[in-house]
Amino acid sequence: MKALILVGGFGTRLRPLTLSIPKPLVEFANKPMILHQIEALVKVGVTDVVLAVNYKPEVMASVLKKYEEKFGITITFSVEEEPLGTAGPLALAAHILGKDNDPFFVLNADVTCDYPFKQMLEFHNAHGAEGTILATKVEEPSKYGVIVTEENSPKIKCFVEKPIEFVGNRINAGIYLFNPAILSRIQLRPTSIEKEIFPEMADDEQLYTFDLEGYWMDVGQPKDFIAGTCLYLSNLAKTQPELLTNPATSSFVNGGNVLVHPTAKIGSGCKIGPNVTIGPNVVIGDGVRLSKCVIMEDVVVKSFAFVRNSIVGWHSTVGSWSRLDGITVLGDDVHINDEIYVNGASVLPHKSISANVTEPRIVM
Amino acid sequence: MNKAVILVGGPSRATRFRPLSMNMPQPLFPVGGKPIIWHQVNALSKTPGLKEIILLGFFEEHVFQNFIDQCTDEFPRIVFRYLREYSVLGTAGGLFHFRDLILHGNTQNIFLLYTDICSSFPLEELLEKHIASQKMGTIMVTKVPRTEASRYGCVVSDKEGNTALHYVEKPQTYVSDLASTGVYIFTSKVFSYMAEIIDEKSKLRDSISSKGFDGESDLSIDYLRLEQDVLQKMAVDKELAIYKTKGFWRQIKSAASAVPANAEYLIQAQSQKQSFIATPTRRTSIQSIEPNQGPIIVGAVYIHPSAVIDNSAKIGPNVSIHAHVSVGAGARIKNSIVLDHTVVKDNSAILNAIVGWRGKIGRWSRVEGNPIDDASNNVEQVTSSGTKINSICILGQETTVNDEVFVRNSIVLPYKEISSDQHNEIIM
Repeated sequence: MKALILVGGFGTRLRPLTLSIPKPLVEFANKPMILHQIEALVKVGVTDVVLAVNYKPEVMASVLKKYEEKFGITITFSVEEEPLGTAGPLALAAHILGKDNDPFFVLNADVTCDYPFKQMLEFHNAHGAEGTILATKVEEPSKYGVIVTEENSPKIKCFVEKPIEFVGNRINAGIYLFNPAILSRIQLRPTSIEKEIFPEMADDEQLYTFDLEGYWMDVGQPKDFIAGTCLYLSNLAKTQPELLTNPATSSFVNGGNVLVHPTAKIGSGCKIGPNVTIGPNVVIGDGVRLSKCVIMEDVVVKSFAFVRNSIVGWHSTVGSWSRLDGITVLGDDVHINDEIYVNGASVLPHKSISANVTEPRIVM
Repeated sequence: MNKAVILVGGPSRATRFRPLSMNMPQPLFPVGGKPIIWHQVNALSKTPGLKEIILLGFFEEHVFQNFIDQCTDEFPRIVFRYLREYSVLGTAGGLFHFRDLILHGNTQNIFLLYTDICSSFPLEELLEKHIASQKMGTIMVTKVPRTEASRYGCVVSDKEGNTALHYVEKPQTYVSDLASTGVYIFTSKVFSYMAEIIDEKSKLRDSISSKGFDGESDLSIDYLRLEQDVLQKMAVDKELAIYKTKGFWRQIKSAASAVPANAEYLIQAQSQKQSFIATPTRRTSIQSIEPNQGPIIVGAVYIHPSAVIDNSAKIGPNVSIHAHVSVGAGARIKNSIVLDHTVVKDNSAILNAIVGWRGKIGRWSRVEGNPIDDASNNVEQVTSSGTKINSICILGQETTVNDEVFVRNSIVLPYKEISSDQHNEIIM
């Protein structure tokens, strides 16, 4: 089977993290974002993965080379000369996606959920139409494009963009399964799959929706990256609690949902959690308080520091009695001096912060 | 024989010192480990010939009784006395009212000090200069930034810097950058000089009444303001000598200004190697904690002997920790005053702040104000909401800050529990 992952451009929304590495390689819960998707795809028998990208960083090619070997799959970069929207990349990769009659997955790279590829595949084969859209239910459908189905049927009737009246609360989760027949609908030009292709398929009664159970989040920007991490960890606690740090044996765990890499060192008297990920080779000092935060590889958090609702980028240092809060994002190799308060700052790589940042701002 | 009068004000005067003055009269608030007026008393005690110190103000008698008892023990050669003003007579009027008591025993020179100042108080030099000048009074002045001169009483000096030519209280335009420090010395003749001024004022009042003006007038018979009524005239009469101090000087008006005053006195005490100052530790790393080594001390720090500080805490510079305070593991206290019976729990941070009596500072909580610029006495800032609040964070008596809560640039009135982060707020 085949899959296309829509990676797109420079991941500017996830800066300053993406100033240092391409977005698909940013670790989400200690694992590159794209690896979560590739692993889930491999599980249902996908052997051909196409990455639709606007640019092809060398570092990504070498990392993905390793995955090719590890999983015995083929990963192809499909590089767009100009941005092709959400449908154009399918035409660009048509020679791979259409090489046999098996259906293929299309994924937005920013989406995290408990990828239900197996169930989707069964559903798709059962209805026999051209496409299946994974749908997630939201509380406030008025902010999204809402899927309207025929009564008591998963067959999609139409789409209503930002509905004023309530017409339903299923929205497009950005994950699809298509028959190669869809390729005949798409030209090699910038095209929106949501606005131009899907309505036509719905008219032709060729589009079905499949409900996603559980969490869903677009993690393309820092606030949602943190929220998505919380959802991911909560789901892990239900499905594979053995992967999380065990509160029974690690007294520092507070409230659960804590993922500590085995190579990380934690000092005494710490209180960590809920919803914290700690990457490889991280050193946490004594009496440190961490909650709802992401600590990337090789970070040092010195004794008595406080980090909440923030992302600490690779190789950064957080000083003693310093306090990060309010969706602070530290890029690669940022150093926060002792006793400093940082609120909602986005700090570009290789900066040292020696005075309080009390209001959200970008530190160049 | 010399005497001294310290003008201690009254309970209604110290509103700017709220919320700390809600629980303690401002003159007794501790800076540098001692009450504000102790520093005046201590400096006075070192001047030759001083026999008596009079505290003059509107507080009830019992307020200063303990302090006077303690001073009597500490400075046995000096007589201490509290005199209460019952009617508002002005800064010089009260002094004049008690002239007989002050002059009793053949008093030659009278020191006069305001309470709400912090200074190195070089009073011996002031006395020498005063005697050498043979003037009726000598005013201690300090040089202030030109832009801030309008906030003080300003003195214009002669070329030699010996005699005042002109005195003006808080001028709107620039007159001089020599500010009155609120420290003076007068010869006993000052009382007959005041009597003449009162006499002239009453004549003026009579003439106004006879011209048909009626109603209330602030020209009560004995009402006399030191600055506008006495010093101004003394300058005109070439009877006011100038002594310019090079030591430190600050006002202690707002509660926030107690923090820089605390720092000044601690640094002074450290440089004088006074025994109550904690010894700075050599180690600077919090990693090298050894049993019974005590906490890390940085810079000038006062810790009351009854306070208990964990070995892994880091204290200083410019910190006073008062009686029965306990400071937990991994706590950090810098540029702050922590008052009696406060409990500072593990891993918390107190930076540029005053924590009132019996405060409770939770684990991983943080109490932080803006440090005050060294060069300026200006300790206030206007917040975005337009409220003028002090930049030092101040917690009134028995404030509880819950675990992990951050109180920043805020003022908390007594007996409040803070359970969510606060920034730039006055919490009633």
